[in-house]
Amino acid sequence: MRLINQKPSRIARYALGALPFAAVLLIYSVASKLRHMENPQDRLLPSLQQMAAAVERMAFTPSKRTGEYTMWLDTLASLERIGIGMLVSTVLALVLGIAMGAIPRIRATLAPFVGAFSLIPPITVLPILFIVFGLGETAKIALIVVGTAPVMTRTVAQATADVPDELLVKVQTLGANSWQIVTRVFVPMVLPRLIGAIRMGLVPAWIFLVSAEAIAAEQGLGYRIFLVRRYLAMDVILPYVAWITIIAYVLDRAFYLLSRKGLRWAHGEGGAL
Amino acid sequence: MSVLEVRGLGVDYDGVRVLERIDLSVAAGAFCTVVGASGCGKSTFLRILLGQERPTRGEVLLDGVPIPPEPMPDRGVVFQKYSVFAHLSVRDNLALPLEIQRARGLGRLFGRARRQVRAEVADLLHRIGLEHAGDRYPGQLSGGMQQRLAIGQALVLKPRVLLLDEPFGALDPGIKKDMHALILNLWQDTGMTVFMVTHDIQEAFQLGTRLVVFDKLRHDPHAPRAFGATITYDLPLRPPQPPAADRPAGPDPAAAAASQPPAPDAAPETGETPDAAP
Repeated sequence: MRLINQKPSRIARYALGALPFAAVLLIYSVASKLRHMENPQDRLLPSLQQMAAAVERMAFTPSKRTGEYTMWLDTLASLERIGIGMLVSTVLALVLGIAMGAIPRIRATLAPFVGAFSLIPPITVLPILFIVFGLGETAKIALIVVGTAPVMTRTVAQATADVPDELLVKVQTLGANSWQIVTRVFVPMVLPRLIGAIRMGLVPAWIFLVSAEAIAAEQGLGYRIFLVRRYLAMDVILPYVAWITIIAYVLDRAFYLLSRKGLRWAHGEGGAL
Repeated sequence: MSVLEVRGLGVDYDGVRVLERIDLSVAAGAFCTVVGASGCGKSTFLRILLGQERPTRGEVLLDGVPIPPEPMPDRGVVFQKYSVFAHLSVRDNLALPLEIQRARGLGRLFGRARRQVRAEVADLLHRIGLEHAGDRYPGQLSGGMQQRLAIGQALVLKPRVLLLDEPFGALDPGIKKDMHALILNLWQDTGMTVFMVTHDIQEAFQLGTRLVVFDKLRHDPHAPRAFGATITYDLPLRPPQPPAADRPAGPDPAAAAASQPPAPDAAPETGETPDAAP
């Protein structure tokens, strides 16, 4: 049988999927062991026990200096920034995107500008944001917005423009005015693509969050990673990276499930991604 | 009395003449079918009737008044596809026109008003044979069921004219027959005027009270774009909107209509239509 026709069973699929994870873990453990055999003080590849101890210290022991649980504090601070940033981007994308996609005059006005704006490398705006908004929360949130909103807006505008002409004619023959067409056709029909845009936007959002936190913050996951880097504290950095990855994964799945459950009509057959 | 009147209509696209010198007057209660080769401009003609496009020359009158240059509830429409809203259940698709009429702000009703509207469309849901599928989304329906829904939705506001753009073109022959029965039934019940574009000549003969053929009458080999299509044949088939007693009241009037041979002199003429143009 040809390779392209050999399909793994359900169990085999899970096993195969777990394989690369297990391989990386194994290779890491061996490498760590080897380095520790040579130098028990090695900091570059901490053992899994050392990382567990670091997590215990960061997440489950109150900090000696402040009495708070550092890792949760960092998590909350970062989630708040990315949450507000993505919320602002989502609202902007929905409002501007639908306006651009639905109303030819607004499209003519805004499309070139949004297109040009989306080409600015967001990270180069960061110094400007710090100068304008100071080193507080606003600049970090603004960076996430600058980095995600233009692309999300273009996605929503495209989704709006992709609504078939037949449907627009039909709803007009049902007597709808422009605003009703927005509320009853464009918004609901664009929602699946908006959720897709949020999922896609979260990827750069994390990059900009960590970048902004690395440069100026007092707490946050990115801040902590760059802080402990000075002490070569790989035993903290690696669990933090894993933790960020887990949060990102959970958020992505949550939006996917939201779309599946809340917008059943858009997931008729085959599902997506 | 004529519901729809087209006077001296012509359409050019970038110097290409698509339609020319079209005069047509459709009587109230008529079921007017339009056939023609693909690319002959019959879809363009329908878009003009809808108000999606403006003619280069001439005018279209509905009840004696020029139509506004955008789609309006006086002209209902069913397209071959994308005729229903994928994000609304079957029932909500039928309720949508009423919600739009009654909630001028959001276009959405809540609570009692919403339940009321859903109750009002229950009868229509039954008439288009979808009462068992009321809560399903269009994506979960077959092509024929989607078109039933589209027709039902187009009728909610009782348009003066129902425009059909190859509505059954993508359906299997068996389903098509059912759809013919449905549309004839609804046509008789409502007494509305129907204007249907199709490429299925048999269908056009079966359903229509009047058959209109679009074709190019003139052709200049040195300037193939100089002349557009116009009405080459205009055949009365049956009296418009016959009394209900004239038609079998059985569940399948389309089958009955199919068994009635079309007017003997009309059939061969249509067969020759493609070559008939000089």
